[in-house]
Amino acid sequence: MDGYIAQQLLNGLILGSMYALVAIGFTMIYGIIRLINFAHGDIVMIGAFMTLGLVISGKISFPVIIILVFIGGALMGLLIERVAFRPMRGAPQVTGFITSLAISILLQNLGILLLTAQPRNFFCPDYLQTIYHLGPVSLRAIDLGIVVTAVVLMIFLALLVRFTRLGMAMRATAENLNVARLMGININHTIMLAFAIGSGLAGVAGMMWGGKYGQIDPLLGFVPGLKAFVAAVIGGVGSIPGAMLGGYLLGFGEVLFVGLLPPIYSSYRDAFVFTTLILILLVLPNGLLGRKTEEKA
Amino acid sequence: MMGWNGHRWFFPMLILAGAILVFVLRSTMNDYILSIVCFAGINIILAVSLNLTNGFTGLFSLGHPAFMAVGGYVAAILTFPVARKAMLLPALPAWLAAQQWSLLPALILGGLSATLAAFLVGFPVLRLKGHYLAVATLGFLIILQVLITNVESFTRGPLGLNGLPMMTNLWWVYLWVVITVYICWKVKHSSLGRSMLAIRENEMAAECLGVSLAGTRIMAFALGAFFAGVAGGLWAHLVTAITPTSFSVVMTFNLVVMVVVGGSGSITGATIAAVMLSLVSEVLRPLEETMEAYGISEVIIAIGLLLILIFRPQGIFGSQEPGFLMKPAQRALNSK
Repeated sequence: MDGYIAQQLLNGLILGSMYALVAIGFTMIYGIIRLINFAHGDIVMIGAFMTLGLVISGKISFPVIIILVFIGGALMGLLIERVAFRPMRGAPQVTGFITSLAISILLQNLGILLLTAQPRNFFCPDYLQTIYHLGPVSLRAIDLGIVVTAVVLMIFLALLVRFTRLGMAMRATAENLNVARLMGININHTIMLAFAIGSGLAGVAGMMWGGKYGQIDPLLGFVPGLKAFVAAVIGGVGSIPGAMLGGYLLGFGEVLFVGLLPPIYSSYRDAFVFTTLILILLVLPNGLLGRKTEEKA
Repeated sequence: MMGWNGHRWFFPMLILAGAILVFVLRSTMNDYILSIVCFAGINIILAVSLNLTNGFTGLFSLGHPAFMAVGGYVAAILTFPVARKAMLLPALPAWLAAQQWSLLPALILGGLSATLAAFLVGFPVLRLKGHYLAVATLGFLIILQVLITNVESFTRGPLGLNGLPMMTNLWWVYLWVVITVYICWKVKHSSLGRSMLAIRENEMAAECLGVSLAGTRIMAFALGAFFAGVAGGLWAHLVTAITPTSFSVVMTFNLVVMVVVGGSGSITGATIAAVMLSLVSEVLRPLEETMEAYGISEVIIAIGLLLILIFRPQGIFGSQEPGFLMKPAQRALNSK
């Protein structure tokens, strides 16, 4: 039984790593322009397909693919920001939300149009499929890769935000956009940076998603996108450490919900996640690490 | 106004003209065209009732399809022939298995069930604001889908109910379009409607003037849910099948498009946008099938919405109605 619980905790860690990566992007974009970017989950889908394309097209090694997918996701995020969100800046919050919903539907259906709705098998090199046994738990190399990559990326991001001028500009903009502008910070660059980093991380998360589940389709981004939003809310929307914490908590919570309760409840998994969302919004609207910045309720 | 009270005669004339149109369509058109017209009518009911919450009151709800699902399933279980019910849903409680209702009471009970659901969900969730409310109602839609999938003794789970009697026809749809538009019109031009618009424009000012925020919000939400429930019942008895995924996020999106394109708060706008969108998807469907370009209609609709949001964010009509439909006093208010 101990081994079972340890295995479940490990699964939670893997799932949480992916949620955390996606949630960071949500929270960064929200922190700066107060936009719930519904299309963020679809960057995950694009990242997964980009990876598949790169794997099929040639003998590029996996670490290089990670960098390429990050760049690809970042470019996609920049494109969306420029084409759709910038013309809408200053409009009411809900308009931004509808815009992102439209982009999400647009990306999903472009995916269906260009790639068909048929799920495709995701290829992983053999060395990533090796299974290791560590005491009571077993894991594939790719699971290890997911957790390590996610942690490394998060450390990079934390250093960037904490110690560089760009990071300082981002924190200042998130604190107060107008005052930051008066201090000579280029708001457009900061917003673009947030979109680029956030979308790049989401792209890498898509690559992990494909590797973990083995099949990808154009609609795969919807559920992880929404769940990453839930993770961001748990941690406190706008707080980057909060998004990481929220991602892992949601990952553990979801896996333990399925793993510890009798099997008949496991199909209630998504209901559990969204009930959590509604409860957190009502009871703890600023999340665990968020600061009280505005009224949500 | 030289004695010509345009407004007084306009509505009865419009209803009569609509009835003649329904009669002509039913005697000249084939079943395929009629079903398209029925879908357009159901879309009008949905868009106008969603406008009550999203447009008038500014409560941005994405949960409308959830209320359709509630109404659709309740109505479907009630109208299902007893013999077929015994076969498909053997675990149904005996008192429910013995019911076989006709369409109208089933629709009304479906609508009332949706209203009840709206009260239950609305009390906690309507405290949220702006896009948080949107996400919470979307969460409600997903929770409801999971529930429907899991209460198999009532819903047959993911298989859904099929082979429903095809009871919906154009007359039923037309009746409900008239009821929905009439009630929403009356609400908009009543004190309740003014309270709703006041909440949308400035909550604090509205509250200072004595508008009950919670009460007005829940009224808007529940009334919208009633019509969504009825529309769900009509939909189920037109398609003759209903599954947990019938009422999806894509449907939410299409409804939001109708409200935004028509203009948040304009009944005329929502009606026209609903008809337009139904026609657009119907025109694009053969294109999808012959070119095997599945997804292209949603791509075009999404791009259209983005263009509207960028270049005309208030939609076609804004919150207004065309002047010739208004009483002179209303027209004066409208122009402000």
